[in-house]
Amino acid sequence: MAKTIEFHDEGLFHSGHAACPGCVEALAIRVIANRIGRNAVAVVPPSCSAVIVGPHPNSALDIPVYHTSLESSAASASGIRRALNASDRRDTEVIVLAGDGGTYDIGFQALSSAVERNEDILYFCFDNEGYMNTGGQKSSSTPWLAATGSTPRGKPSKKKNLVEILAAHGIPYVATATPGHLDDLGRKIDKAMTIDGMRMIIILIPCLDGWGLADDVGVTMARLAVECGIFPLYEVEQGRTYTLNRQSKTLPVGEYLKKQKRYRHLNEAQIGLIQAEVDEDWMRLLEKTGSRR
Amino acid sequence: MSTEPATTTQNLEGNEACALGAIAGGCRFYAGYPITPSSEIAERMASELPGVGGVFIQMEDEIASMAAILGASMGGLKVMTATSGPGFSLKQENLGLAVATEIPCVIIDVMRGGPSTGLPTRPAQGDYMQARWGTHGDHAIIVLTPASVAEIYAQTIRAFNLAEAFRTPVVILYEETIGHLRETVDLPAPETIEIIDRQWAAPDDRNFLPYRPGTDGIPAMPRPGDGHRTHMTGLTHGEDGFPTQKPEAIAAANRHLSHKLEPHLDRIEQFEIVAGEDAEVIVVACGLVARAAKRAVAKARAKGIRAGLFRPITLWPFPTLPLQALLQPAGAVIVAEMNAGQLIAEVERHAGDHCRVVGLNRIDGEAITPSQILQQIEELAND
Repeated sequence: MAKTIEFHDEGLFHSGHAACPGCVEALAIRVIANRIGRNAVAVVPPSCSAVIVGPHPNSALDIPVYHTSLESSAASASGIRRALNASDRRDTEVIVLAGDGGTYDIGFQALSSAVERNEDILYFCFDNEGYMNTGGQKSSSTPWLAATGSTPRGKPSKKKNLVEILAAHGIPYVATATPGHLDDLGRKIDKAMTIDGMRMIIILIPCLDGWGLADDVGVTMARLAVECGIFPLYEVEQGRTYTLNRQSKTLPVGEYLKKQKRYRHLNEAQIGLIQAEVDEDWMRLLEKTGSRR
Repeated sequence: MSTEPATTTQNLEGNEACALGAIAGGCRFYAGYPITPSSEIAERMASELPGVGGVFIQMEDEIASMAAILGASMGGLKVMTATSGPGFSLKQENLGLAVATEIPCVIIDVMRGGPSTGLPTRPAQGDYMQARWGTHGDHAIIVLTPASVAEIYAQTIRAFNLAEAFRTPVVILYEETIGHLRETVDLPAPETIEIIDRQWAAPDDRNFLPYRPGTDGIPAMPRPGDGHRTHMTGLTHGEDGFPTQKPEAIAAANRHLSHKLEPHLDRIEQFEIVAGEDAEVIVVACGLVARAAKRAVAKARAKGIRAGLFRPITLWPFPTLPLQALLQPAGAVIVAEMNAGQLIAEVERHAGDHCRVVGLNRIDGEAITPSQILQQIEELAND
């Protein structure tokens, strides 16, 4: 049965932005901006987000943007948050719009410390699994065996599990989301806004150029990633309470991997190894959520 | 049949030539972090290094990239990293550690507009002073400024030799435009390339002191595993390598770090002079701007104006004496640079009172053109 998603566009994200044609990160930012509303400030490090909301020729985002340095998002946001609090402007939301490189790698020290201090920040990580704005090099979010400009034979190590790392910090709220599940994304933003302290939503962004995809499959790939269990949709509260949002894993990983040029060097045996790893990670997640099929 | 060693001709981008020059110069360890406009160097190193038994690591940030190459250099490999202005800023503390501990390393900075994020895809020459003085404290450093794809290849090889010979960081600066420019390059046969290796301490030298200068003023380096009990520290240290608070030992250590290159300027300095003999107006320019200046000088000569070019290839230590000799008969000098005026201060303090020094600057993300330089030459020649 077709379902209609209720979405009120308050005009906070403008057309004419500089995302690549077909990019679903722009879609995610549109949802985020309109859910959060005008009483917010966005901290944006160098990233695809910076290109999208930044220079074309006026900002595509209708709220103030502080374009900080790549390693500094969570620290910059901490400063803004504390100053707003000291100025009795606690109701102004401080959001971060960062990529995976600026979050998992160079920005990780600042992020970890902001979570440890439990800063009142809503952080969005647009996870396209690599440094796509510099032409597509690996990040620590790049999955095992994916080819990038700096891992031409496939990345030899696993994707860093940022949800678990932040859960281990006892972060009040961390969730995964995708632009292929906008109702779920919208609900998570609404929920995050009711929680005090540090909140993180990691949004998988299938990168058309970096992953080698056709211009019109961004949403499809995001859904496939969830359906094959490679990117589970779930939430963790206070580092303890796990909720799995899509209970079933219905497709083999090959359905997802074979549509991407970054995996075209894989043989069936390697796809089998990835399947085994995804199955194992899925079982471990089920144990945490306490749900089983 | 010719007995000349064979050269191979390739059409290369500047950043590719840098990577290939590094490997030809003996680089076997690269640690880096993606940043425009230098990322192609990392990508080429990622694909080339495994084939020659080398190591490529993409690190988590710029600081880690710099720290990793220092570790690998101590471990015995020839090492390099590459970045651009913002990343170069992050590397500065560990660059200072390389200076203090005298660890050979090569750092590439493909210059883009600054400050801060600036203009990631546009050329600039704003890092001349960051390369010289970006890390804190007094020190000597070698900085090279190639002006063509072929020269990037040759100077990258030379950078490794200088780093090894003098146990110093060597920085190569070139502009985004040359990093992404394609030119045809004749690559020399590997057996014709001069390679210099650092002086290792003899494993059985019981009197070895890790920072006692050798006969050339440069201390031999202890290789881990050779049995020397050494201490490498960024704290100011004596010849035994251990931290010191003794004023005379501190002064000696700092004098060494500031002046250790001076006896070797003949091997370090490189520069190009075009039409210098009888020149009345000299243009001083590096890299991309020197290419425009060369054309402007040729046009001025065609018009009967006695113009010449001085192009430092070694920017630091600045080739002071060769420039002074050239400026003796000249009445005016134009310092053309794509910044608000960094090199001009160095030229002014060496030019002498008889010589008028004029800056020609561009800070709008566009390159200085030959016609801009020619116009300035004509104005000074008519004065």
